[in-house]
Amino acid sequence: MSAFLDALARVPPLLAAHVLLSAAALLLALAIATPLAIWSARRPAVARVALGIASLIQTIPSLALLALFFPLLLSLRAIVAVPALGFLPALLALTLYALLPLLRNGVAGLHGIDPAVIEAADAVGMTPSQKLRLVEAPLAAPVAIAGLRTAATWTIGAATLSTTVGAASLGDLIFAGLQTQSWSLVLAGCVAAAGLALAVDGLIGLVERGLATRRRGLAIGALVVLLLGLAAATAPLWRAGGERRVVVGAKNFGEQFILARLIGDRLTRAGYTVEYREGLGSAVIFGAVASGEVDVYVDYAGTIWTNEMRRTDTPPRAPMLRDLAAWTAGKGVRMAGPLGFENAYAFAMKRGDAARLGVRTLADLAARSPSLRLGSDLEFLERPEWAAVRRAYPMRFASTTPYSPTFMYQALASGRVDVISAFSSDGRIAADGLVTLTDPKRAIPGYDAILLVAPAPARDARFLAAIRPLVGRIPVDAMRAANLQVDRADDKRTPEQAARWLAERIGL
Amino acid sequence: MPSPAPAVTFEGVFKRFGDVAAVDGVSLTIAPGEFVALVGTSGSGKSTLLKTINRLVEPDDGAVLIDGRDVRAGPAPLLRRRIGYVFQSIGLFPHWTVAENIGAGPRVAGQAPPDVGRLLDLVELPASVATRMPHELSGGQRQRIAIARALAPGARLLLLDEALGALDPVTRDGVGRRLADLHAELALTTVLVTHDMAEALLLATRVLVMKDGRIVADATPAELAGGGGGEAAQALVAVPRAQADRLRELGR
Repeated sequence: MSAFLDALARVPPLLAAHVLLSAAALLLALAIATPLAIWSARRPAVARVALGIASLIQTIPSLALLALFFPLLLSLRAIVAVPALGFLPALLALTLYALLPLLRNGVAGLHGIDPAVIEAADAVGMTPSQKLRLVEAPLAAPVAIAGLRTAATWTIGAATLSTTVGAASLGDLIFAGLQTQSWSLVLAGCVAAAGLALAVDGLIGLVERGLATRRRGLAIGALVVLLLGLAAATAPLWRAGGERRVVVGAKNFGEQFILARLIGDRLTRAGYTVEYREGLGSAVIFGAVASGEVDVYVDYAGTIWTNEMRRTDTPPRAPMLRDLAAWTAGKGVRMAGPLGFENAYAFAMKRGDAARLGVRTLADLAARSPSLRLGSDLEFLERPEWAAVRRAYPMRFASTTPYSPTFMYQALASGRVDVISAFSSDGRIAADGLVTLTDPKRAIPGYDAILLVAPAPARDARFLAAIRPLVGRIPVDAMRAANLQVDRADDKRTPEQAARWLAERIGL
Repeated sequence: MPSPAPAVTFEGVFKRFGDVAAVDGVSLTIAPGEFVALVGTSGSGKSTLLKTINRLVEPDDGAVLIDGRDVRAGPAPLLRRRIGYVFQSIGLFPHWTVAENIGAGPRVAGQAPPDVGRLLDLVELPASVATRMPHELSGGQRQRIAIARALAPGARLLLLDEALGALDPVTRDGVGRRLADLHAELALTTVLVTHDMAEALLLATRVLVMKDGRIVADATPAELAGGGGGEAAQALVAVPRAQADRLRELGR
């Protein structure tokens, strides 16, 4: 229960961001859909095109729609300076998503008006704008408002997915909870999002009832409660000025959550107000630190090396880190230093299986691969590292199945797969009795955990002084132990608790 | 009465819907103060001709003049605010009270609100219905309110498109008599479109018969009752006459 209360304590700032994002998307969608619905109701050809496009958008899964705006905005950056991450892509995707119910119900509401009433409006001498304002709008309102309620509910629900493009929302809790199997976090996120959706839906419903029954007091009262409630919910975003907030970023797995808290705790003690932006994809997080939307996060040398720098060679550790630091500096991002451990992609098998099959290296694995099944995390099969491994050790598995990390370990334990693309700092490698295979041809580059700092805080001596003690300080066994505390099924700790344990263990 | 009622002139009015000429070159003049009934079967073009007066239908050719002025001379909403229009499906605004419905014309014209009590009195309804909503009223009451709404801006030209068509016979007779009285009291020019020759004969001062988009007869009720007006008109007069004869025989 106290874990749930702890989780609830994280709701207010995320709820504020969630409300702001959903409300902005809904208002923008209304501003687009209203004139379009009126135009569509007058011209069937326009209605066919507008509703067709809106329906088509609706068939795109909302997660994919959000993700598609990242490359779209990136390409737009050549023309205008727009952020490709965070609020803007989330706003645009949610706006498009809200269009269909608004448009469809708007057109249906206008078409549903008795033609005799329209004829009477013309006959008493109403101009087109008087007819719209006095007759069509109020008579189409019940159906149009029903569309608004649907759009509001959808938008509030889909806004939880905006976490993946770096916009803060209640989805932060849900995604973090799913990754670390902290159901109290998932529950807190879901309860808050559902409660918000129900409250908004109910209040808009009251406004509609007030209008329908000509009870002006009820309509205005419900509207005032709705607006005041939404304004109050965004209160945590009202900045008093003064102390600059810093944003600590994290990707979507336990080790990242722990390291984010470890960094955040140090910054808090140095007097900064810290915000966490968790659950960012590998593809977007470096862009976020380069553009200053995230101030600091931990990445892995090999990831930057292959994904961002597009390098395919695998030099020794020292020259690799030197090249990497020079390259990020060219993007304005400061590589503050390696933390002291690696989290490399490492193929892992059960100890008994490896011994029985005589597999110790990736070359051995390649020879056995036609009779083995590979389980991977969700992105590995698309990553350049996998291509590099296959170039060095031609392998073809009987099957390959992507899993979210927790389920990948379970799949290996239960025998559904024979080998997995594990992470070398993962506590479950030791806990589950797994062996990792060696890479004699050095196909996979080094994966030193490195601290990356955005351009502005890189010039802030106090900021750098707060995080610099972490450099070279975290041995891999300490990291594994902390990871296991978060990832294990029993006696699970929160990332905050594991971060505090880790700080103590390394003497900070 | 301050000014004479308006006159309406059709000059070669022509309107085509697809391949059908709904109004096929009609020219005639309606004098101030006349109560004209425009009679014909369904599809004869009578409603289309009526609607060219307040521009709910724009003719393909020809012109419509009110007191010598082309109806296309200004914006259509300004024209319509001077013309009362009542039609079969009534079209009260369902989200407004009776008083708000009656006040619609003056409101959109930016005039002072009308005397709702007096207008309700004109159509023989109690002042208490002013605050009711349209759905609470009977069909006959609603049609009377539509008439009050049409008269509210001080219209002197009243267009009635099958205005009594949806009412039960008793209500229909009552509203019809009231219309005839209002025509006289307010010194209106009235044009009534109907497919019911008996209604035309009993209410109007002049009956026009339309067939296939043309005026085929133009006579007074007395002339028609006396067998005049031509073949097409007499075919329509024959129906109520035969009904009256049969009723008389039943009474013997």
